[in-house]
Amino acid sequence: MARIDLDLAHAYRPDPKEDADYALLPLKMSFEDGGAYALLGPSGCGKTTMLNIVSGLLRPSHGTVRFDGRDVTALTPQQRNIAQVFQFPVIYDTMTVAENLAFPLRNRGVPADRIKARVGRIAEMLELNGQLNQRAAGLSADAKQKISLGRGLVREDVSAVLFDEPLTVIDPHLKWQLRRKLKQIHQELKLTLVYVTHDQVEALTFADRIVVMTRGRAVQVGTAGELFERPSHRFVGHFIGSPGMNFLPAALEEGGGLSVAGQPVAGAVDAVTGAALSRAEPFALGIRPEYVELEEIGDGSAHARPGTITGTVAQVQDIGTYWLVTAQAGPHTLKARLSAHARPPAPGASIALRVLNPHTCFYGADEQLIAAATVAAAQEGLA
Amino acid sequence: MKPINQKAWFLVLPVFLCVAFSAILPLMTVVNYSVQDIISPERRVFVGTEWFAAVLRDEELHGALLRQLGFSLAVLLVEIPLGICLALSMPAQGWRASAVLVVVALSLLIPWNVVGTIWQIYGRADIGLLGAALQALGVDYNYTGDATDAWITVLVMDVWHWTPLVALLCFAGLRSIPDAYYQAARIDGASKFAVFRYIQLPKMRGVLMIAVLLRFMDSFMIYTEPFVLTGGGPGNATTFLSQYLTQKAVGQFDLGPAAAFSLIYFLIILLLCFILYNWMQSVGTQDKSEVAHG
Repeated sequence: MARIDLDLAHAYRPDPKEDADYALLPLKMSFEDGGAYALLGPSGCGKTTMLNIVSGLLRPSHGTVRFDGRDVTALTPQQRNIAQVFQFPVIYDTMTVAENLAFPLRNRGVPADRIKARVGRIAEMLELNGQLNQRAAGLSADAKQKISLGRGLVREDVSAVLFDEPLTVIDPHLKWQLRRKLKQIHQELKLTLVYVTHDQVEALTFADRIVVMTRGRAVQVGTAGELFERPSHRFVGHFIGSPGMNFLPAALEEGGGLSVAGQPVAGAVDAVTGAALSRAEPFALGIRPEYVELEEIGDGSAHARPGTITGTVAQVQDIGTYWLVTAQAGPHTLKARLSAHARPPAPGASIALRVLNPHTCFYGADEQLIAAATVAAAQEGLA
Repeated sequence: MKPINQKAWFLVLPVFLCVAFSAILPLMTVVNYSVQDIISPERRVFVGTEWFAAVLRDEELHGALLRQLGFSLAVLLVEIPLGICLALSMPAQGWRASAVLVVVALSLLIPWNVVGTIWQIYGRADIGLLGAALQALGVDYNYTGDATDAWITVLVMDVWHWTPLVALLCFAGLRSIPDAYYQAARIDGASKFAVFRYIQLPKMRGVLMIAVLLRFMDSFMIYTEPFVLTGGGPGNATTFLSQYLTQKAVGQFDLGPAAAFSLIYFLIILLLCFILYNWMQSVGTQDKSEVAHG
């Protein structure tokens, strides 16, 4: 068990010049001892590269990896005492399930009775105890991946256990069960776990803290709530959530007011936010579909309501647990989630969309979060 | 009930004719010879299983069979491990891999009788590079006169000629192992030997089986190279089965015994391949062989 500090960059080509040459852009990050982390991002964003650097399968081209302050950059996975589970099941065909589970321990010269106890415990956790003496080659993909997981968890003294999309090949119903198992094992064993995935549900349910990555950059590290409420990068807003955050071009009006998607918005952001925004123009407004409030404007007269823009309903979808309303405000599309009990507006209806509220975020041209709206003024206007 | 249409037989007919002319008729001719004594083209006598009995009692043949078994066994024992070692030490990627592949495959492109000629000259004590060099080192090497030297020369020649085939097959087997296996082995702290024993060897099972069967059958039927190199001598030290058979059939024109022996030869190869195949199927994977039989 160890605290892991990364301060590194990695490029697969020898002489990286621009950002695109890097598989992993320069980053500084720490994994706390005993924490459950997820690396979340689309394919090719560098998450597996980062995992392999932590495990020691890959040596970073720049910078260092430290375990508990000790520089381990040049050490092998075995010296770092890391366990890693891969996307596709790796099993040793000629061995039985028990021998497979015992392999990492046997290679390290653990006494036979300790191995037996440990293998028994892990097999019980993963519900493999009925198959211990079966040959591993003949088992289903699910069972094989469970063996891979078991080999990752069988050592008690590891610095960290790394999972590289380990549930990709597993049936959906088993996925839930195994994820819960992993969570339970984490609480029981207090190991540092790092879990790579491109599935946000998997990341959010498994990890205490999530590292969101895109194009070789770790754009935000935070809890599920932080990623949802205050995405620090447009990519996070767009990637987390279903559907992702709405983004609309916005600008400051003379006199401190805002215009969003070309429409002036009544009510204003406070002075501090305003000042930050004025330095960052042009910027965009981001709001999650969950926080967009709708109101039908029966007569079509655009009476300016505080914090709203007007638009028309393009589509209404019944997703079962909620309504998904797609609205059109000029050339811009907005999505809004309404609870299943709400009565959604009919397609074609004119609506007011409230986009300025305490959940609103603003993003600069560099896609970074400028400020979260402190919309005291707007709320007062409402009241 | 549906009317039965027998026209489908016509579709099978071409295949049947091809097989008949290419395999069944020649084989039956041999069977025909094996039960008759052909005295002249006009005179023949049916002798039943007499030739078979005679062939089975033939001391010379027993000698040839033992030599043959010893030779095939030696070929497998040398070529398979050597081929695996070669494949393991070949570079995996880049221009080096291509270059090595070409060099390794070279000996496979040489016609059999040329291989025999090359080694005949190579081993000569007066002008051959190998023979003369050994003589100069004080080794009394003479493959035309010494039975052991001749036997070893034939074996080394076969190893030189055919180990690359084993190596290429193993190389292909090794390349098909996903990287994740090696990474997992590093994580699991496996030694180099453990990686070979638990990953590479099991994953090479399929190609190794092909390699063993090919090398066994080929070496069991070896004819051209020893014929060119030693002519079966000195004495009959390197007279293997097919050469013995040729001597009988073409040299002495004993068609009956030769035919009877051909059939036995064929059955021996079939039987040994069957045993080898089944044994290798069951090695390491008890479950699989049960499925195959059940």
